[in-house]
Amino acid sequence: MSDFELDSHTPKGSLETRWTQHKFDLKIVSPANRKKYNIIVVGTGLAGAAAAASLGEMGYNVKTFCFQDSPRRAHSIAAQGGINAAKNYQNDGDSVWRLFYDTIKGGDYRARESNVFRLAELSTSIIDQAVAQGVPFAREYSGYLANRSFGGAQVSRTFYARGQTGQQLLIGAYQAMSKQIDEGTITHHSRCEMQDLILIDGKAKGIVSRDLVTGKLESHMADVVVLCTGGYGNVFYLSTNAKGCNASAAWRAHKQGALFANPSFTQIHPTCIPQAGELQSKLTLMSESLRNDGRIWAPKNKEDCDKKPEEIAEDDRDYFLERMYPAFGNLVPRDIASRAVKLICDDGRGVGHAIDGKKLGVYLDFANAIKVHGLDAISEKYGNLFDMYTHIAAEDPYTTPMRIYPAVHYTMGGLWVDYNLMTSIDGLFAGGEANFSDHGANRLGASALMQGLADGYFILPSTVSNYLAQQKPLDITKTYPEEEQALQSCKDRIKQLMNTPDPQKTPDEFHRKLGQIIWNACGMAREKSVLEAAIADIKALREQFWQQVKITGSDETLNQTLERAGRIADFFELAELMCIDALTREESCGCHAREEHITDDGEAQRHDEEFSYVAAWQYSGNLSVPVLYKEELDFEFVRPTTRNYR
Amino acid sequence: MIYKLHIWRQKNADSKGDFEQHEIEVSEDTSFLEMLDALNEQLIESDKEAIAFDFDCREGICGSCNLVINGTPHGKHQGTTTCQQYMRDYADEAELWVEPWRATAFPIIKDLIVDRAPFEKIIQAGGYIEIRTGSAGEANTIPIEKEVSDAAFDSATCIGCAACVAACPNASATLFVAAKVTHLSTLPQGQMDKKRAEKLLAAMDEQGFGGCSNYRECERVCPKEISVSTITTMNKLLYQG
Repeated sequence: MSDFELDSHTPKGSLETRWTQHKFDLKIVSPANRKKYNIIVVGTGLAGAAAAASLGEMGYNVKTFCFQDSPRRAHSIAAQGGINAAKNYQNDGDSVWRLFYDTIKGGDYRARESNVFRLAELSTSIIDQAVAQGVPFAREYSGYLANRSFGGAQVSRTFYARGQTGQQLLIGAYQAMSKQIDEGTITHHSRCEMQDLILIDGKAKGIVSRDLVTGKLESHMADVVVLCTGGYGNVFYLSTNAKGCNASAAWRAHKQGALFANPSFTQIHPTCIPQAGELQSKLTLMSESLRNDGRIWAPKNKEDCDKKPEEIAEDDRDYFLERMYPAFGNLVPRDIASRAVKLICDDGRGVGHAIDGKKLGVYLDFANAIKVHGLDAISEKYGNLFDMYTHIAAEDPYTTPMRIYPAVHYTMGGLWVDYNLMTSIDGLFAGGEANFSDHGANRLGASALMQGLADGYFILPSTVSNYLAQQKPLDITKTYPEEEQALQSCKDRIKQLMNTPDPQKTPDEFHRKLGQIIWNACGMAREKSVLEAAIADIKALREQFWQQVKITGSDETLNQTLERAGRIADFFELAELMCIDALTREESCGCHAREEHITDDGEAQRHDEEFSYVAAWQYSGNLSVPVLYKEELDFEFVRPTTRNYR
Repeated sequence: MIYKLHIWRQKNADSKGDFEQHEIEVSEDTSFLEMLDALNEQLIESDKEAIAFDFDCREGICGSCNLVINGTPHGKHQGTTTCQQYMRDYADEAELWVEPWRATAFPIIKDLIVDRAPFEKIIQAGGYIEIRTGSAGEANTIPIEKEVSDAAFDSATCIGCAACVAACPNASATLFVAAKVTHLSTLPQGQMDKKRAEKLLAAMDEQGFGGCSNYRECERVCPKEISVSTITTMNKLLYQG
């Protein structure tokens, strides 16, 4: 791998004018020439569908791919709580500057100021766009849009559509995309998975895809490739991600030279339904909005943990978030809430099912809220979430408190991108959760939808155009030797998976083991010796995987076992990089809590002099020895302080 | 709990399928799909091919999962999807018959997986509000009565799973179409396109779905409990223009 100059291409000057000025400086393609360019968009969740629809409207030829049977099923659909925007409709002092500040602070000063400011600035246009598309956001009786405060924000800036905000926004983007498919500017491929990236002279010029129905490998060439393929939370096996979510597209791009940034930054969401048994395939999130009205507590005394919650006297309940963080109480950011819950359960005060002898759960109680606001008001706000909980946990949260425990939910890390959202591979862009860009070391609630749509509707269309304006259209009717090579290497890899020397174990069996290793070592708390041991374990298990994974059926037809094995193979490689990143970052920040760098009262200790940088890792040819590039973070407008939610 | 399972196996669209028998023991807290996961693990271990079925989010919102369990699309626990069925819901049953959606418009791809691409064609025919990125006006300039917005929402919750088609004796997609038309055409933003209902219904016919003759089976199995009153709303729009 050649040496690489890490340049974020961040504009200079006053923060307010950077994006406007930058957009003016970007080159544009004239409408008559746009149809000469081909764009590949992989992944059609919020970011991908929004980008594809917008680029299609502009007149480019867009080819889209998703592994689901329809773009409408991407996991953006599961986002419940809402989307932030600095509209200040509530006249409570919100502004672009405040949203910017909150996001930078929430991310524990590990994000780029320019990117975050642009995100805050674009937030208002997203709401306009979505409302115009028919997204039925909650409204007041006056007919105007409603807002709520969410995830630790002290202003009400979150727009929401009951508990289905992600679904409604995704349907909006999907419908915009459907219109372009009908008009012929987008050619869409469902049930199709990217296998590899094709480079010509170091530039991203195409992909190899596998048709998941026929097993056919195909190459697709274009002038630019955009990855909006989501996050990698499923490396942990149990997470709130959809079962199909995977890191493969991003990881294969990484192995072709794209830098991977802050891989250890994974968000653990505090309010998920605890694991109930060994066969469990995924964890379900309960929207963070529940913390607006629910009070979190655990028994004060270990002896009470087996009692029914109703039997525990008020005085014997420890409302630990309210006790530890009087200013923010139950609304502290996700990382802080999650760690506090872990602390209580590690202390032996957890409730509910025991997993490996440990009760992993605390109560989220609505009794008080129901008393104050009435059953109807609570049901109007959270009805669908309560129903969901009842289905899954077989308990009624209207009469008994919910049980919650943290679970992996979102990955702040991802492909390194510059201000234009271009990765370190020329012509390869990344949007949405797939990139690392805006959330630093911790993402605030209701900002994932905001970022996905800002990238998709507003940033990528401008920056991809700028890139294309500087390219001569590739003749895609020709066959390139690079295509043949890429196809062959994908074929070989599948063959290797299908024919391991000593097939014994199912892909899921390996995945569960990998999940346990990474959850223990690189979850809510990280420690040098544990991380080092985990790296050794991952390597050994990875080796075993390539010897013993067992896939039945054929690779020339629909084969879900093979699909899973391919994704797990990539998780095995990424997991090691996550641990290496966590090991290298000798500080605590946001989600990343190193046991060695925690204050006496349990707060994360940042070391800004040494670690105020984005860790961007380059694949060196040896998975265990990646090359670290540091992008130093400058804080010109916000002074990094110690986060204090007490 | 021990179950005798009869699961539909079919190689591809052109081959003939049949039920295959299996037995499995699971706890009542296991979800229906996790029960199938466990069965698949056993099949792989004994050198057999895993049963193919669609799933993704496993929290009842993506619309991927689609099994007919003992004759009912999505299973006996109403108002939710297949992935939200738990074995405790089937404590009284000893045998479970698991089949794919059955409709001419949805050819079987393999085992329990069907091709729902015709739903895409219906949306592409006009199931959207035309608005170019960047051209939208300030969101609060058009107030919308809460009742109108809430009613639009009730139909916007459709997850496109197609249980309505699977349950309908005519294999009609009328509820799916009506939900989309009601969502978009009752909102002020969506009232510009007067032909939406017509276009979507034409696409439905073209894709090989049957027509509606008021069986109301669709409403019974809809995991999002979308009401057939959306069909009335659509018909009004259709005939009043």
